[in-house]
Amino acid sequence: MISRMDISLSINSRPYELDVDVRKSLMDVLRELGYTSVKHGCGVGECGACTVLVDDVAVDSCLYLAVWAKGRNVRTVEGECRDGKLSAVQEAYVEEGAVQCGFCTPGLIMSSTSFIEKNSGTRPSREEIAKGHAGNLCRCTGYQTIINAVENAIKK
Amino acid sequence: MFPIEKYHYASSVIDAVQALAADEKARVIAGGTDVLVRLHGGNSDYASLVDVNGLHELKEIRQDGEGNIFIGALATCTEIIEHELIQKHTPMIVQSLGTIGGPQVRNCATMGGNICNGAVSADSACAALIYEFDLLIEGVKGERIESINGFHTGPGRTLLQQGDILKAFRIRPPNYKGVLASYQKYAMRGAMDIATIGCGVGLTMDDERISTLKLAFTVAAPTPIRCSNAEKAVANRAVTEETLELLTEALVDDVRPRESWRAGKEFRLHIIKTLARKGLRQAAEMQEELT
Repeated sequence: MISRMDISLSINSRPYELDVDVRKSLMDVLRELGYTSVKHGCGVGECGACTVLVDDVAVDSCLYLAVWAKGRNVRTVEGECRDGKLSAVQEAYVEEGAVQCGFCTPGLIMSSTSFIEKNSGTRPSREEIAKGHAGNLCRCTGYQTIINAVENAIKK
Repeated sequence: MFPIEKYHYASSVIDAVQALAADEKARVIAGGTDVLVRLHGGNSDYASLVDVNGLHELKEIRQDGEGNIFIGALATCTEIIEHELIQKHTPMIVQSLGTIGGPQVRNCATMGGNICNGAVSADSACAALIYEFDLLIEGVKGERIESINGFHTGPGRTLLQQGDILKAFRIRPPNYKGVLASYQKYAMRGAMDIATIGCGVGLTMDDERISTLKLAFTVAAPTPIRCSNAEKAVANRAVTEETLELLTEALVDDVRPRESWRAGKEFRLHIIKTLARKGLRQAAEMQEELT
């Protein structure tokens, strides 16, 4: 007895009407629709490579049933770059060299975006930034350049 | 894809109760941060799901005219952490939930799930025991209230019967007013880790003396526990080195730490004693700062 559900949602503000298999994660559905910035890392909510924002809240899309996105707006890295211009967070990652192999980067960009939007008007410490990114693993950078990028983006 | 074989999206609490009662294998899915991990691992115990995410009435956090605080079973850790009422009256909940996973997990995981899955290591369990949560449950026979004391019956087991849905937690004023409470988590990493030992302290002082001490542990026994021997041993005493010694001596009869790959029994007992001493001392210092 497998069920499907009709859902409407928007992805990066673009509306979609989908007939979704309830067994699918939001990550599965996003990747099938071509939003391949959403990476399939661990699949159990530990690495954060699949992080997207659902109504501006960061979630691991691998641990989020696609049907839960009904009526919501999902943000992925594809939507952060507007009219060919990088977002402040993306620009800061480039400037600080916070990218090496790049697999974790889309998820981290979304975590940073959510962190900065949530802490707007404040000056979080490096430790607070690290804690705010604890759900994302990066095996290349050693995190220091990522924290630098967040500090840089906050100043923008 | 998750190996889900049967899926019911509940339209009301009663509908969820009926769907659970109609299928003995049906399990509740709330935030999904445990259930989907288990499904990902191919655990067929979770193949039949009753999804309660449409029950928005279970998300509410409020205080009634008598000062009782209600936390809806579906409120996420982040929603609870950021709620003014919780920050003001029951800060230990904020502190405890803040140690769970990372931001993405806390944005989805619910405290309802953290308590109902019966985990011995549940970070919110110490707060539940210190603030003595009441659990408002809807079941096949209607609504009932269970106390958190005795709610956990074994590893992964609780008093919940098939067909039961937790609706909300209730915290009564005598259990939070004037209580100096704090949580300490000992884990291998500062985030994204399961507690090796979790320790909760709730203290009320009468002048310089301990009026009541509540001491709770996770991972120190087959369920989250309160420590009645230790609590009694230090009642009416000032917080001195001698009292701390009495506390750790009495504590040994309250706990039953186990041997596991995470930590040996002796090491766990050492952490338990250390956290108990530190917790009581910190709570007493909080009292000094207030006066």
